[in-house]
Amino acid sequence: MQQGDIRFVKMLVLVNGLTPLALLVWDQSRHRLGANPQNFLILTTGMMTLIFLMLTMAVTPVRKVFGLNWLIQLRRMFGLFAFFYGCLHFLCFYSLDRAFSLSSTLHEIVARQYLWFGITALLAMVPLAITSTNGMIKRLGGKRWRALHRLAYVAAIAGAVHFFMQVKADVRLPLAFAALLAVLLGYRLLDWWRRSKRAPATAAAVKS
Amino acid sequence: MPDFGTLKNENKILGREMTPASVYFTRRNFIRAGVLAASAVATGVVYRQLNPVGADTGPAVRTAKIKGVQIPAATATSEDSGFMVNEPETPFEDITHYNNFYEFSTDKEEVATVAENFETAGWTVSVEGLVNKPKIFGLDDLLKIAPPEERIYRMRCVEAWSMVIPWVGFSFSKLLNVVEPLSSAKYVAFQTLLDPARMPGQRSGVLNWPYVEGLRMDEAMHPLTILASGIYGRALPPQDGAPVRMVIPWKYGFKGIKSIVKIKLVEAQPPATWNVYAPNEYGFYANVNPHVDHPRWSQATEQRIGEPGRRPTLMFNGYEAQVGHLYAGMDLRKYF
Repeated sequence: MQQGDIRFVKMLVLVNGLTPLALLVWDQSRHRLGANPQNFLILTTGMMTLIFLMLTMAVTPVRKVFGLNWLIQLRRMFGLFAFFYGCLHFLCFYSLDRAFSLSSTLHEIVARQYLWFGITALLAMVPLAITSTNGMIKRLGGKRWRALHRLAYVAAIAGAVHFFMQVKADVRLPLAFAALLAVLLGYRLLDWWRRSKRAPATAAAVKS
Repeated sequence: MPDFGTLKNENKILGREMTPASVYFTRRNFIRAGVLAASAVATGVVYRQLNPVGADTGPAVRTAKIKGVQIPAATATSEDSGFMVNEPETPFEDITHYNNFYEFSTDKEEVATVAENFETAGWTVSVEGLVNKPKIFGLDDLLKIAPPEERIYRMRCVEAWSMVIPWVGFSFSKLLNVVEPLSSAKYVAFQTLLDPARMPGQRSGVLNWPYVEGLRMDEAMHPLTILASGIYGRALPPQDGAPVRMVIPWKYGFKGIKSIVKIKLVEAQPPATWNVYAPNEYGFYANVNPHVDHPRWSQATEQRIGEPGRRPTLMFNGYEAQVGHLYAGMDLRKYF
């Protein structure tokens, strides 16, 4: 794929990633977020965070299975979108649910297990967002950068657990997210296992 | 030997036939802009499908007006008795489009649409068990037991949101007096209709169907406890529990069982659906209590639907003066 094409695809991701936010703001401005707009804002921004976390996690498996190497160039955007919506999600909770009270926010986070997972996911994304620039990749070196960015797994798993835990009884949607995540992580495990099996075999072959 | 040179020449595209670079790139940009716009529209459509809230407010609710509703006078007495609360009433639109009624949908905003054509013709309620005069009531007979009264109650959901709802109904004790409970009756057990054809939510195993609930005898006899058949002077819309439901204003909303078909007086504490589902999260008593948190969230404050910010939650939902004595000496942390 050419440079101009990838720039266009990135534009596609940008516009489509912001579309839900635009609709959310538009609906809010017209008071069309239903009877409980606070809750709706919190839920929807959380959902968007999870969707982008899943997209981020899907890049590597899809790229390898379908040979679409250019997909890797979208991963940073997906990750940053996840962080962006995650921050909005937290801001909605902080402002609408906790009325801008830092103490009640902290108290609530300490008291509720589902919030432990939520805050873990958000904090795990902070260093990833900070080190997402080309300059930072260079400064850290590819190996260390890749090691650090395994935190994305922590964010995705914690996010999925956070969603699952706050649901009252109908766990179908959180389970769907968890199942998708399991597939995406399972692929990596399988890939890692296949490579580690192959590696000693080739090493042995070279020796003989 | 063929003359490749000639062939080559014939295939050569002349400069003037070539699309000029400027036109080519404009066309490409044009197509790209189209793709961009189309994809954004597609994303928007998907978003709307998943969040139909903003698109439309759903079907208009027009149930029959209830005749002869007695309005409580806005006097000190009616407020003291708890029969009316002096806080702004939640709009009809919100009360009828934000419903926890898993028999239709687990999505509060979707219940109204799914329940729209719920048929209640020929409805009967069987009152049985430890009573002198068990009876199967037709709906008309049931609602003739006492004149309909308006009761303006706070409604506090266990999910930490609340409303103020002008119910129409009468004290449940009036029904009990008709069937004459035996002295051995210690609890009242309630049951919702079980009919997955009419209540599609019952096709999924989210909860154990039918929905069941229970009250202690003194709770059931309390004048604040009502059998409700309407809101805002109109018959209950399906999504709010048509045709009859319980309202116990000092308890979390899930105690107010909807679409009741069976009422049975019993000796032992009957099962209650949410309590069975998660006994550590939902107690049998489920009295509104800001000091006893749900294990997963705080009950200290609530979000009043239609208001910004949050309100402090009141002990027994603000009905402590009326019902506090029912629980005197009870450990409300243990019996939550």
